[in-house]
Amino acid sequence: MHIDKDLVAAAATPLVLAILAEGENYGYAILKRVRELSGGELEWTDGMLYPLLHRLHRLGYVTTEWRTPPEGRRRRYYAITDDGRAALAEQQRQWVAVTRALGDVWRGPGGLLMTRGEG
Amino acid sequence: MSDVESQIAEWRAYVDKAPAVDDRDVDELEGHLRDQIAELEVAGLTADEAFLVAVKRMGDLDTLSWEFAREHSGRLWKQLVLRSEDPPARPWSRGFDALVFAVAAAVAIQVARLAAQFPQEEPGWLLRNAGLFVLPFVAGYFARRRHLDTRGWVLTAVPFGLAALVVNLYPFDEGSSTELLVALHLPVLLWFAVAYPYMDGVLRSHERRMDFIRFTGEWVIYYALIALGGGVLLTLTGLILEPIGANLPERVIEWVLPSGAAGAVIVAAWLVESKQRVVENMAPVLTMLFTPLFAVMLTVAAVTYLVSGVAGEFDRERLGVFDALLLVVLGLVLYAMSAREPSQPPGLMDRVQLLAIAGALVLDMVVLGAMVARVGDLGFTPNRAAALGLNLVLLVNLAGTAWLSLRFLGGRTAFHRLERWQTSYVPVFAVWAATVVVVLPPLFGFS
Repeated sequence: MHIDKDLVAAAATPLVLAILAEGENYGYAILKRVRELSGGELEWTDGMLYPLLHRLHRLGYVTTEWRTPPEGRRRRYYAITDDGRAALAEQQRQWVAVTRALGDVWRGPGGLLMTRGEG
Repeated sequence: MSDVESQIAEWRAYVDKAPAVDDRDVDELEGHLRDQIAELEVAGLTADEAFLVAVKRMGDLDTLSWEFAREHSGRLWKQLVLRSEDPPARPWSRGFDALVFAVAAAVAIQVARLAAQFPQEEPGWLLRNAGLFVLPFVAGYFARRRHLDTRGWVLTAVPFGLAALVVNLYPFDEGSSTELLVALHLPVLLWFAVAYPYMDGVLRSHERRMDFIRFTGEWVIYYALIALGGGVLLTLTGLILEPIGANLPERVIEWVLPSGAAGAVIVAAWLVESKQRVVENMAPVLTMLFTPLFAVMLTVAAVTYLVSGVAGEFDRERLGVFDALLLVVLGLVLYAMSAREPSQPPGLMDRVQLLAIAGALVLDMVVLGAMVARVGDLGFTPNRAAALGLNLVLLVNLAGTAWLSLRFLGGRTAFHRLERWQTSYVPVFAVWAATVVVVLPPLFGFS
């Protein structure tokens, strides 16, 4: 399945914030987690993650720090802030509302799922 | 160096060329590339194959650097360059546009001068309308440059039309102080009217407001440079012409100075637009140089005023001095802001700047307090009302800035909030200038 790129772009911010809410992380690992969560269906070109992370940093949603873990390369780690958590909560509310509305209309009488079920 | 290493180095060099991607970002991207290559190699790909796949996944580098430029627009102030749809091939035609508008402004001011027989006569209308002879041409230049549609052109013209009506229909007393205030505030108000075409008609966008603030700051620098050069030129011309005719230098200055000053307004705007990078390097230097000096001066002055209680002696007619002081401090704040990389953590310069703001605030409030205590004696004059109003407008702005800087230094808010505060505040200045031009004169009976 190919997910429309506008939808991918809209989902990117809450997804990244939610992943960082699980714990601080660096770019490559964040992207791997996105693939894992979406079963590989949510794809975006790797490089685009970084302008997004920098935007979240500018907005004060994440803090960053360069660190060298005991084994491994020097990496820039991102951690979510309180502002970031607040933004994530707000995004969550919006997405829940959208998915609920879509779910209702698709399940409802004459909805898409019914038609497919009958066919 | 292995084959893949040299390929990575080449890739890195290519990414590095993008102006909005700085070294740390390239480090980050390179780290990502290496992680990806390592993982693909574990999965069984050869080093070469892994490199190719990893680069492909990273995405098209032109798109990527464009995204970086969009996010880090402040870093290089690139978005105007990016936004413009014109083919970049004809830079001279833009310069030609600017030249046409500059000459038009120069001619307009000259016609007005001859009609008023300035400087033999000094009619009030010339003074009041001064801004209207120049700034419409700046607005026109930007409307043309941004390719505004008919509606955009009309909306650009409306504020100028209204201003012309107000300024010329109000029955000012000849040489009154309300007239002088209007002459001083109208150019400021019209400058905000220029913001409309400059911002492409998108007045709500905070990013474009920040662009306009940057533009204003850099325009000031360019205009000051042109004025300095022009001053030297005129002085030398005067000295050389003096032996030829006794009043020849005065005649030359009468003709050259107004037209030069008017034309330079548009030329400076054009320079800011097309030579952004040059000033980009100047604003940080100026801020670095003057912020500490102002911090020292203001702190010493604030302490002296507090200790000696000399504020009570301050001549209330000179509240304007403190307006100028707050304006300069605000200017420094804005220059620092436009030169700053928003994602940097708070540093020494931010502390020094906060000290300067705090000094200015304390100083201003001490003087203001002393003045308000005595204002009952003589009541308000137009000058005092205007000076006091401007002072309050600036005071609120700087107090907000100080508060947010404090929170930023304490790590409790992002720098972004400070930018937002300034961009949200822009309309307040416009409204204040409009108040002085439109409301104040009738309030004081045009006296």
